Amino acid sequence: MDGNLKIGDKEFKSRFMMGTGKFSSDEVMNRCLAASGAEVITVALRRVDINRPDAGILAALDPGKIFILPNTSGAQNADEAVRTANLARAMGLSNWVKLEVTPDPKYLWPDGDETLKAARILVQEGFVVLPYIGPDPVLARKLEDAGTAAVMPLAAPIGSNKGIRSADTIRMIIEQAGIPVVIDAGLGSPSDAALAMEMGADAVMINTAISASADPEKLAEAFRLAVLAGRLAYLGGMAQKGDAAKASSPTEWLVK
Amino acid sequence: MFYDEYLKLDRASMGKAVLSEELAKASGAVAREDLRFEDFLSLLAPAAAGLLDQMALRSRAITQKHFGKNIGMYIPLYLSNECTNECVYCGFNRNNDINRRTLTEHELDQELAAIKQQGYDSILLLTGEAPARVGLGTIARCVTRARELFTQVSLEIYPMDTDGYKRLVDSGATGLTVYQETYNRETYSRVHRSGRKAHFQWRLEAPDRAALAGFRKIGIGALLGLSDWRVDAAHVGAHAAYLMRKYWRTEVSVSFPRMRECPSTFKPACIVTDRELVQMMFALRLYLKSAGIALSTRESQGFRDNMIDLGVTSMSAGSKTNPGGYETYSKSESQGQFEICDDRNTEQVVAAIRGKGYCPVFKDWSATFGGVRP
Repeated sequence: MDGNLKIGDKEFKSRFMMGTGKFSSDEVMNRCLAASGAEVITVALRRVDINRPDAGILAALDPGKIFILPNTSGAQNADEAVRTANLARAMGLSNWVKLEVTPDPKYLWPDGDETLKAARILVQEGFVVLPYIGPDPVLARKLEDAGTAAVMPLAAPIGSNKGIRSADTIRMIIEQAGIPVVIDAGLGSPSDAALAMEMGADAVMINTAISASADPEKLAEAFRLAVLAGRLAYLGGMAQKGDAAKASSPTEWLVK
Repeated sequence: MFYDEYLKLDRASMGKAVLSEELAKASGAVAREDLRFEDFLSLLAPAAAGLLDQMALRSRAITQKHFGKNIGMYIPLYLSNECTNECVYCGFNRNNDINRRTLTEHELDQELAAIKQQGYDSILLLTGEAPARVGLGTIARCVTRARELFTQVSLEIYPMDTDGYKRLVDSGATGLTVYQETYNRETYSRVHRSGRKAHFQWRLEAPDRAALAGFRKIGIGALLGLSDWRVDAAHVGAHAAYLMRKYWRTEVSVSFPRMRECPSTFKPACIVTDRELVQMMFALRLYLKSAGIALSTRESQGFRDNMIDLGVTSMSAGSKTNPGGYETYSKSESQGQFEICDDRNTEQVVAAIRGKGYCPVFKDWSATFGGVRP
């Protein structure tokens, strides 16, 4: 349809990324993965046993088919996030990291200060950094200046399924970004994902809206189609919304 | 500290609210997106007993949204059953003539290894209150030892001061559980006759001290049956809400251990029925959406299996409540704190969780996470 999604030195055909944390089983997760067409899946490092990387969640994923993006979920400050990312790299998992610093277990709202601090260190250390952030346009620019490969602003609190609750600031982030913008967290329905893509997001990440649904596989496919539709609409340059009829050449009568 | 809040709680109106028969209040509370404390109280009341299905559905949905279809797996390890307290309901009561054991270092290693083999990564270390035998230094050493094999090491131990808790956090402890047993002061004094545990306020403020010391996870609860369960559950909710508000970086979880009919020993003030127990679990879940809810093997297989998809977030399995019970000692050589009701092994419980369409999660912590002090 259009060019691939480019993040760092990688290219992806799919603009739909999936989370792994909330599925009922690895089998359900893998069926959803197939239905979603996602090429990137994020895995919480806290779920990975460094002594037995072949057991648990990593054993269920085929790195030949899917790009595994480790995340620092559970880190409460920059130091923990940096050390967690380094642990993943040391075990040969990846030098990519979805940077999550969430000191508040209730809403898991990302800590902007600590995220920026960690991002600066990790970029220096050679990581490809994709930070999870609140919908804050200034923070997004600072992170881009720091050298992150993308920014991942939330649409609404994680797990809330509330859709894009801060459309204006998300729009500002997209408008100003020189790096890919991936809308992460809070997208609750395929129409939310389509809207994010229509707004010009480069990709979306979904977890709860699929895993907590009655039929996760169906939802995974629905999101795949919605992301495609939204992207297509964005590329097509949608006609403007409005109630009033518009004359096609309202100034034709003027003397040229 | 929570003691100040406790003094401010209007116990007369709390007591009235949890006895309400007003259906309108209870059904209004079930439907609210964000429940206030008064809504929580009305869900504990008899009026809400007829709304269990609605409460269950909301409890399931809220829990799935926040925690996913996951059950965190943990296992208890008793370091010692020696105790200087005289808690009239407890198997470890110093007056009870039981075989007392305190694990030696070698025995501890043996037990840790046996548990690790079952696949656990989250362990709960417990001990009776016998500071001369199992003091702070000993517990700290046990934590360090356990951290070599487990990334999550939680403690259920007698209350310490903040510096003591800090030392345990610095040794690698991640969580602390301390049950108030009952929030009714008079009952508390009656059932905790002597020993350090007789100090109500010292225990009530232990979760504050633990949070100040940097524990990432704090568990609280009441031993249901000591006093009016509705009033105790109301206090547990108030206490958990206070902790979550004040120590916003700390994960708070709640347990609902209940006493059973026990012919020869202590007679509980009330026996909480299954229906009543689930009512208070749902009420808590609706009130505090992000609080963890733990369900131990104190409950039966049937009850536990039915609760997997209704709000519970963590479960133990294959538990032994006697020191050395996994590898070293038989039940007669060292006695347990309470009778295990669900005696299935870990594999069987895992199968039951999967059978419910849930994922048992053994590893859910990173060795790179340390204590977080406010």
